[in-house]
Amino acid sequence: MSELLFTEDHEWVRQDDDGLVTIGITDHAQDQLGDVVFVQLPDVGARFGKGDEAVVIESVKAAGEIHLPAAGEIVEVNATLADEPALVNQDPLGDGWFLRVRLEDPAALGSLMDEAAYRAFLG
Amino acid sequence: MSDSLPFSTMPAPEGTGAASASDNIGDAPARAATADRRTPLHALHVARGAKMVSFAGYDMPLQYGGGILAETQHTRRAASLFDVSHMGQLDVLGADADLALERLLPADLVGLAARQQRYSVLTNTAGGVLDDLMVARGPQGLALIVNAARKDTDFTHLQRGLVGDAQVIMREDLALLALQGPQARVVLCRLNPRIADLFFLQQDIFTLAGLPCRVSCSGYTGEDGFEISVRGSDVQALAEALLAHPEVALAGLGARDALRLEAGLCLYGHDLTEHTTPVEAGVVFAIARSRRARGERPGGFPGAERILAEIAGGPARLRVGLLPEERAPLREGVRLFDETGRPVGDICSGSFSPSLNRPIAMAYVQREWSITGTQLFAEQRGRQVPARVCSLPFVPARVARS
Repeated sequence: MSELLFTEDHEWVRQDDDGLVTIGITDHAQDQLGDVVFVQLPDVGARFGKGDEAVVIESVKAAGEIHLPAAGEIVEVNATLADEPALVNQDPLGDGWFLRVRLEDPAALGSLMDEAAYRAFLG
Repeated sequence: MSDSLPFSTMPAPEGTGAASASDNIGDAPARAATADRRTPLHALHVARGAKMVSFAGYDMPLQYGGGILAETQHTRRAASLFDVSHMGQLDVLGADADLALERLLPADLVGLAARQQRYSVLTNTAGGVLDDLMVARGPQGLALIVNAARKDTDFTHLQRGLVGDAQVIMREDLALLALQGPQARVVLCRLNPRIADLFFLQQDIFTLAGLPCRVSCSGYTGEDGFEISVRGSDVQALAEALLAHPEVALAGLGARDALRLEAGLCLYGHDLTEHTTPVEAGVVFAIARSRRARGERPGGFPGAERILAEIAGGPARLRVGLLPEERAPLREGVRLFDETGRPVGDICSGSFSPSLNRPIAMAYVQREWSITGTQLFAEQRGRQVPARVCSLPFVPARVARS
């Protein structure tokens, strides 16, 4: 399992051993959203282009989205979030994951930040 | 009592009702600009772990460590303390204060007894609402509490509009606390047993923790509770005296907004604007009997012709409750349609109800679509989401009436 990469939209991406990537939102993102109360997940098998909105996250006070950092196909979604959206707040880097995706071009993640760069980005 | 939304993530400027609350997760709430003002409790909020946001020109607590869901539920179960010192406190003084202010709003001030407080609205000549407020017979005259975002505008409006021997004074020296919830009365009675006799929309001067306070039995949650006007220099001591009781926890503007929506109460700039009349908004109780068509002093306030006509004949559109039939909240600015696709209204406030564990909303709809049970469709992210008209409030009021 590789270390996490980060987008400027406060998403994390992990390249897994099976060639897929797992995607979630960072602790900073969940903290800014506040209590998550609803997650709208895409269908397994759906294809999205780079930057497409794949997930809608609703908190009490606001709505957020997950945009795919690179084009790919949805292989698995974290269906547990439908009943327990609070997992996004409780464990954003673990049980609060959203998507597993087969990227069209795994090299497309080259521009993402590593953890040190993301910490610097947060300031 | 209402207040504007605490959320910098809400892009809709006051009164437009045009935009949704949708926001990229990366867009952090705006950090308070250095120009933001602070209430006397600012240091207490920060010390107790508040997430601060810029709101109505103030750096205010959005929530504390527990979050909006927990703070809302605590308010319904025990008692929460809110710092609402950003709200405007205006005194109207002078021999002609009552009649002079009656020319600007539809309350019965001549008949306002010493211990009474009333909800009212400042109106414009089209019958729209410039602000909503509470007015009480204070020790020196009329004491008004107005919305933070409107207090400067209201002050100027009153300065220009008051005639005769009547002056308006902005009470920058006063702070305001709200203690709300089913345990609020028990707690406040420990500080002063005379509070036991103070019921909904009554107010008086009390000593609490050795400090002079003007206490009203009122609030913005639908629960029994109190709003406490106290000198800014005394408010920290009073807040700490209240927080020493195990029932009391701090709650921020996020919970305040969730609670008022559950209670079906209007938020100025969203549910009430210069383009909504108090009749459309369903706050007809803001227009006193004595100021209506067959009252002792009928009309005589801005927009009276339209407002009294709407009371008699019914308004063309109405504020209603709305229950989305899916799990996602429907928020301000979402448009509503009938089953044929004809537009029939717009959502003015919408969020997730922590108490009911489901989305709730309020909307303005044309009168023929305002009947409880009417099926409507909301357009959300290109989809039609079913939603049903319901009566307000969503959570029944539990205020203490005499």
